[in-house]
Amino acid sequence: MFDIKSFYEATSVADAIRALKADEDAELISGGTDVLIRLREGKKADLSLVSIHNIAELKKIEKDACGNIIIGAGASFSDITNNEIIKEGANVLGEAADTVGGPQIRNVGTIGGNICNGATSADTASTLLSFDAAVVLEGPEGVREVAVREFYCGPGKTVRRHDEVCTSFKIKNEEWEGFEGHYIKYGKRNAMEIATLGCVVRVKLSADKKYIEDARLAFGVAGPTPLRCLKAEAAVKGMSVSDADIYEKLATTALTEVNPRSSWRASKEFRLQLISELSKRALREAILKSGADEDKVAPLPYKGEENDTESAGEVR
Amino acid sequence: MNTVGKDLIRVDAYGKVTGEAHYTADLEPKGILHAKVLHSEIANGVVKNFDLTEALKVPGVVKIVTCFDVPDCQFPTAGHPWSVEKAHQDICDRKILNKRVRFYGDDIAAVVAEDEVAAARALKLIKVEYEEYEPIVTVEKALSEGATPLHEDLRKDNIIVKSHMTMGGPDFSFEKAVDEASEKYGKDNIEVIDRVYNTPRISHCHLELPVSWAYVDTNGKITITSSTQIPHIVKSCTAMALGVPVGKIRIIKPYIGGGFGNKQDVLYEPLNAFLSMQVGGRPVRLEISREETISCTRTRHAIEGRCRALFTKDGKLLARKLEAYANNGAYASHGHAICANCGTVFKDLYADEMGAEVDCATVYTSSPTAGAMRAYGIPQSIWFTECLADDICNITGEDPCDFRVRSCMQEGFVDPGTKIPFLTYGLKKCIEEGRKYIKWDEKRAAYKNQKGHIRRGVGMAIFCYKTGVHPISLETASCRMVLNQDGSMQLVMGATEIGQGADTVFTQMAAETTGISCDKIYIVSTQDTDVTPFDTGAYASRQTYVSGKACKKCGELLRERILEYAAYMLVNEISDISKTVYAETVKAAKDMMKSALGIAEDSDIKPEMLDIENNAIVMRESYLKERGSEKGFEERKLFELSVLADTAFYSLDRSQHITAEVTNHCKENTFASGCCFADIEVDMPLGKVTVKDVVNVHDSGILINPKLAEAQVHGGMSMSLGFGLSEELLIDEKTGKPYNNNLLDYKIPTAMDTPDLKVRFVQLDDPSGPYGNKALGEPPAIPVAPAIRNAILNATGVAMNEAPMTSERLIKAFKEAELI
Repeated sequence: MFDIKSFYEATSVADAIRALKADEDAELISGGTDVLIRLREGKKADLSLVSIHNIAELKKIEKDACGNIIIGAGASFSDITNNEIIKEGANVLGEAADTVGGPQIRNVGTIGGNICNGATSADTASTLLSFDAAVVLEGPEGVREVAVREFYCGPGKTVRRHDEVCTSFKIKNEEWEGFEGHYIKYGKRNAMEIATLGCVVRVKLSADKKYIEDARLAFGVAGPTPLRCLKAEAAVKGMSVSDADIYEKLATTALTEVNPRSSWRASKEFRLQLISELSKRALREAILKSGADEDKVAPLPYKGEENDTESAGEVR
Repeated sequence: MNTVGKDLIRVDAYGKVTGEAHYTADLEPKGILHAKVLHSEIANGVVKNFDLTEALKVPGVVKIVTCFDVPDCQFPTAGHPWSVEKAHQDICDRKILNKRVRFYGDDIAAVVAEDEVAAARALKLIKVEYEEYEPIVTVEKALSEGATPLHEDLRKDNIIVKSHMTMGGPDFSFEKAVDEASEKYGKDNIEVIDRVYNTPRISHCHLELPVSWAYVDTNGKITITSSTQIPHIVKSCTAMALGVPVGKIRIIKPYIGGGFGNKQDVLYEPLNAFLSMQVGGRPVRLEISREETISCTRTRHAIEGRCRALFTKDGKLLARKLEAYANNGAYASHGHAICANCGTVFKDLYADEMGAEVDCATVYTSSPTAGAMRAYGIPQSIWFTECLADDICNITGEDPCDFRVRSCMQEGFVDPGTKIPFLTYGLKKCIEEGRKYIKWDEKRAAYKNQKGHIRRGVGMAIFCYKTGVHPISLETASCRMVLNQDGSMQLVMGATEIGQGADTVFTQMAAETTGISCDKIYIVSTQDTDVTPFDTGAYASRQTYVSGKACKKCGELLRERILEYAAYMLVNEISDISKTVYAETVKAAKDMMKSALGIAEDSDIKPEMLDIENNAIVMRESYLKERGSEKGFEERKLFELSVLADTAFYSLDRSQHITAEVTNHCKENTFASGCCFADIEVDMPLGKVTVKDVVNVHDSGILINPKLAEAQVHGGMSMSLGFGLSEELLIDEKTGKPYNNNLLDYKIPTAMDTPDLKVRFVQLDDPSGPYGNKALGEPPAIPVAPAIRNAILNATGVAMNEAPMTSERLIKAFKEAELI
């Protein structure tokens, strides 16, 4: 039994904005996978809810005339993963969305909620950040766009005003075309998990697939908000995929840009190890997904494996 | 055997799969009131005062009771049969609500309201004034000088019990053994290792939360329907808690969604009863949340074990010593029984040439209360023995499997203290089976000298386990069988179905012994202490063994009564049977029998010539055989059991309701045993362990239902997997507040983390088991964690001493070993 004061089912975005404006304590609810948890935990009580769950226009995923990808904030994680436009242009976002919770959560939880919840661990947040996506907000004063990189202002805090509805996310054509990416969610288990660390690497290779023309690196839980490593990106730009230094370069530069904290969940040292290791692995995967010849891509450098990369192999 | 050993589909399968089976919360009456508990927000101190003003104003609040209102009765909560010997009684160390706060989350007040929201709102508005003491969360702190006694009246030093046990004579000491060995073998030829191994505080994570509802019936009975493993024990403890005669209490246990030992404790039933009594006997429900369940009910004990081993350099095991400290938390619950059990198995499992020494202590701390959990101290014990065994092999270079075969407890073992025998010894056969399955020798060879960042390893662990609790505690069980007119019957067990399949195996046992088929046996799944005969409940691995004996004995009695009546029918003209619808049937049977056996007079037909098979009265096969005659079932069949049952009910000559009821006091016990073999892959830079293959091999006697047995093993293995890799309840040592008392942060493995779990059995017919069976309920939860630990050691050379072996701990260890 949830301590809900009132529940209003908005018929349109404008209707939702009006309802929020009318009640300054009201909260938006869509999938409910965060709001209901807070209610159950007693962190919120006697709550007025404005639902945007049934607003069809919020669920659309489309490409505009300029090739920008527009993702409705009400699209569920599984909607995103299974969408053809996403598969073609932002497959890594679909993969990241597919790591959230479990199948039931992914069928109801929305990308809008994932971002507006303000958590650094949100699986779609670091990915959207790597796309330099824009958050489209609609309020009583009209529509405004805020870059994801400027959207977060602290743990659980965003620049969204109380009476604004997040309607969509926009990925510009030049931010996705020609890129391939890889997301690694590192959790303590393989499902029903919040990331201990999330790492996304996206690369654009040269036409001959030999050089990194451009790169993106972003993390979740490497700091209080999702975080992008511009210096690390720049460090590998122009490097050859055969150059074994690409991994160390990316990882060591990234380590200068992150700011993870120690908590009972994970120590700073542990997270730093993950940041370094995951960025290397994600880079290699992103390069391979971009179509580089596996034989030409430098192997990951590990202690003791310089001369001997043999593993034990299967005993049958 | 006809029915025992067959894969009968669970008798409750359809009800549970369709959702139609009724659990506690499904049975609530309309208009029930809802209660919530106020838990302390300090870990150590005293409640001085409450301000209830604002809370009482909340609409819908009916009553608020506090620790100042409850009966002045201290009671125990352990699901042990009450001992009539003072020295063996469980410790009475809590009241229904407690003024003296002993852990963060102690029960200090409760609200009864019209609905849960009103109760939750009122809880938030209760103001509490405390006198605070420093939390003493760890054993070390609780034993330090000047530590506040948590139970001033009972234990001034916070030590619940300390015990000392030995093998190799009462005076055996490890220190002396070292001296003697130095002389005997020479200083240079012996080794001593000294390690500290740690196990975590674990939550049972049963699916159904502890839930109960209580009301006072019109006859004055305080009636509680509860999700418990131990209805009869809840009855007596609740009476003690309320200070009322035990006959005043009635406990009803419907289907329950798991317990794993947490519900082998009296949890919130006394409070629930008290709350109903406080509102004029109206029904009140009390459901504990997951968060409360994890931190405010019971946990598995975190035990620290300092382990020493003395052995010759060529690997002969001479002596071992365990010093174990169990963190028992705020209340005694099962007291020292668990840590003592841990110590017993430590000394039993290996045949130290000189002896073994065990010192165990169970300590009160201001942290969540530890109690019973599946395998009762043995997962900890086996973590100690099996880490130690592989650490020995790591020094001697001996194959860990060979070491165990050579050094483990041997056939014919009898525990010198308890005299518990290992009647059928399958341990070495299990090791052999597991070794073959996992391809141990090939893999140990293949996994040598790995250099990569991803490595493979195989490891193993063995264990032994006592089937029941005799002679340490009472083992008693009861069963009742009631025949229906159609020859079917009700089977009423005092033992409880808690999801493990007890109802199904009892049905099979009853069918085996009575000759009435499973589909005609209606087991009454609900235990109601007003009508159900006495049994102490579901715990240990006792029910199939101990309650199974009662079931068998009762089945024999029922059979005897049926056959006596059958003989009477055949001999006498019952109620002028010629007038009844069964006249011809009985006459034909009589003639057939007379001719088959060459009997002249009716009166020569005796019960021992008869039997029940497949729901029919038949000529006994063995009786015919002894007389050189072999006949099939159809040729021996006299008449349907329904003919007899209907006659017995309504005969004007001899009406008899054929029933049987027995109590069996079990004074036997036997060791079960087994092992686990695990093949794992370690991704060192990420600290990730992937179990590629894992098998448990069990020596549990004859299986009553192999499919259910396999499922039982799967569940246990999954629990041990969590214990090994991810599960631990963490407490802030400064405040005593739990960090992760929810299922997001407390990491039980999901389906995505669980490999295919392989199961093998070595079936030996145990003479003490009712059908050759011995313990299986708990053993599966024991060996997986140490087998994985030893596989990591094989893969990387890194010995992990603390469970769970989380990624963070592994990465730290790999860095220290300069592997990454």
